[in-house]
Amino acid sequence: MRFDVPADFVEIHAAVGELCARFPAEYWRALEPDGYPEEFVAALTENGWLAALIPEEFGGAGLGVAAASMILETINASGCNSGACHAQMYTMGSVLRHGSAEQKAEYLPKIASGELRLQAFGVTEPTAGSDTTSIQTTAKRVGDGYVIRGQKIWTSRALHSDLMLLLARTTPTDQVEKKTDGLSMFLLDMRTAGDRLEIRPIQTMMNHATTEVFFDDVEVPATALVGEEGKGFRYILDGMNVERILIAAECIGDGRWFVEKAARYASERVVFGRPIGMNQGVQFPLARAHAAIEAADLVRHKAAWLFDEGKPCGAEANMAKFLASEASWAAANACLDAHGGYGFAAEYDVERKFRETRLYSIAPVSNNLVLAYIGQHVLGMPRSY
Amino acid sequence: MKIAVCVKHVPEGTSRIDPGTKRLDRAGEGALNHFDANAVEEALRLKGDSDTEVVAVSLGPQKALDSLRKALAMGADRAVLVSDDAAAGSDLVATSRLLAAALAKEEPDLVLFGQQASDADGAVLWAAVAERLGRPVVSQAMELSVDGGTVHVKRQTEHGYDTIEAPLPAVVAVSDAINEPRYPSLKGIMGAKKKPQDVLSLADLGVDAGDAGEAGSRTTVLALGDPPARADSQKIEDDGNAAQAIVDFLAEKRLI
Repeated sequence: MRFDVPADFVEIHAAVGELCARFPAEYWRALEPDGYPEEFVAALTENGWLAALIPEEFGGAGLGVAAASMILETINASGCNSGACHAQMYTMGSVLRHGSAEQKAEYLPKIASGELRLQAFGVTEPTAGSDTTSIQTTAKRVGDGYVIRGQKIWTSRALHSDLMLLLARTTPTDQVEKKTDGLSMFLLDMRTAGDRLEIRPIQTMMNHATTEVFFDDVEVPATALVGEEGKGFRYILDGMNVERILIAAECIGDGRWFVEKAARYASERVVFGRPIGMNQGVQFPLARAHAAIEAADLVRHKAAWLFDEGKPCGAEANMAKFLASEASWAAANACLDAHGGYGFAAEYDVERKFRETRLYSIAPVSNNLVLAYIGQHVLGMPRSY
Repeated sequence: MKIAVCVKHVPEGTSRIDPGTKRLDRAGEGALNHFDANAVEEALRLKGDSDTEVVAVSLGPQKALDSLRKALAMGADRAVLVSDDAAAGSDLVATSRLLAAALAKEEPDLVLFGQQASDADGAVLWAAVAERLGRPVVSQAMELSVDGGTVHVKRQTEHGYDTIEAPLPAVVAVSDAINEPRYPSLKGIMGAKKKPQDVLSLADLGVDAGDAGEAGSRTTVLALGDPPARADSQKIEDDGNAAQAIVDFLAEKRLI
């Protein structure tokens, strides 16, 4: 087993770090509570970072998930937030893997250049939650196309995206053999969807541009169908591993930011005549958080390596996301504790990052469902839900 | 046109001098000298969409290729590294000799330098190289343009600006205020791997080992020591009259 850091990763880390340095904490603070970091996303796009996973033939860099994850880790470790744009990096994977040659030629080069944004993924619904096969949104075949009716929730960045990848039921549950059948994936062009598509922002505890989306008989052409009708559930599953690995990398970036910030502060802040970092109650939680981040990082790199080698990586991708989100949350708490009251002051940025990293224990999948997956599919135990 | 940009791979963080060799410790992580990034940026700006070739040139250990690759990732076309064990420990005299030999092989129309290196802060190498090449040199360039066979430079001085013209080929050291260097794009980083990166030995340059490294240097580091402690300082507490007290102090010293 080797642990050399590839030269690519070092160069990516340095270059993305330089870009991020031009978007300091003041920039992110000024965006609170709900501003979208247009300039930051534009800089990432212009420099090709969001097209990392798109093959070179379609205008991207053709990097693997391991290298792409370095980009997002660096963004979050720099105090920036990948959440505004990470989906532009990976949502296109469904089109790449399952789309037609025409769809790929039409959309991928424009997504790579940033001319088109595909960073909204309409899956979750108010009544279904993580029980994806129970979604109620339907797509009915009418004439040359489909008519979509239903509602999605927690569809992030929908107001900052041109296209939406959408999961809808095309065959009613009582007419399919398995509940996982009969779901289809669509590439919806929101620019031409008209006023039958309504997007409402949801105010949340962090700046994540999330929304709920209403489809009141939205008409889409048959060419919007991605892959085969009825196989959409399988298609979204294979995109989830990439998403989990990338989210794990963001958590690791967050964790590194928290630990570095807190270690520096605790070493400088003098109370009772000595730096507070001399107190084990302050120092050890940071050391523990650092160790947890390093451990999560290894699983993340293993998962990414497996994915890039074309090997099964479901268990590792899930475990990486679980471990990394737990580690970043522990680091967030240790950082807030080390800062005391100052951690609550917006100008220290701790509370902002604290709110941001908290998301990843429940999204894109709840950590409890990750544990359920490990119990059932890795340990072979009975299904727990 | 052909532009050569001389760049240096400098240690990251605070510089440390190895007390044994009395040389700068270059064992740790290094990076492109940030003053040189201004020179690379200016070369790329002059190049624009034209067929001008930008060659990044460096003298240093193999690891200096990392900094040359950054110049390539920013957009330079080609990199040349002079690297030879016998060149280690070169001072200004030896370094300028080796760089001038490498530049003589390239025959560029314009040689650009950053204003100084962030590790040694000498800010004289460009002058020494220009002297060896027998070319005009302009330093502290705030604006730079090339018009036919002439380089036009707006040079920053203590009192304002000099406007200078020099015939090409010429050497120009740019100020760090001349531009804001671009950061490498992902495509730039990926593309840099495919660009030529030549490593030249002293033999390739036709320079004798006796003219390089410590043997070819004219300075000898005899001893290292901490800077002398500061003389007694006077602290002025602000009781509402601090500004006047400072003015009085400066006036007394005839500084204002």
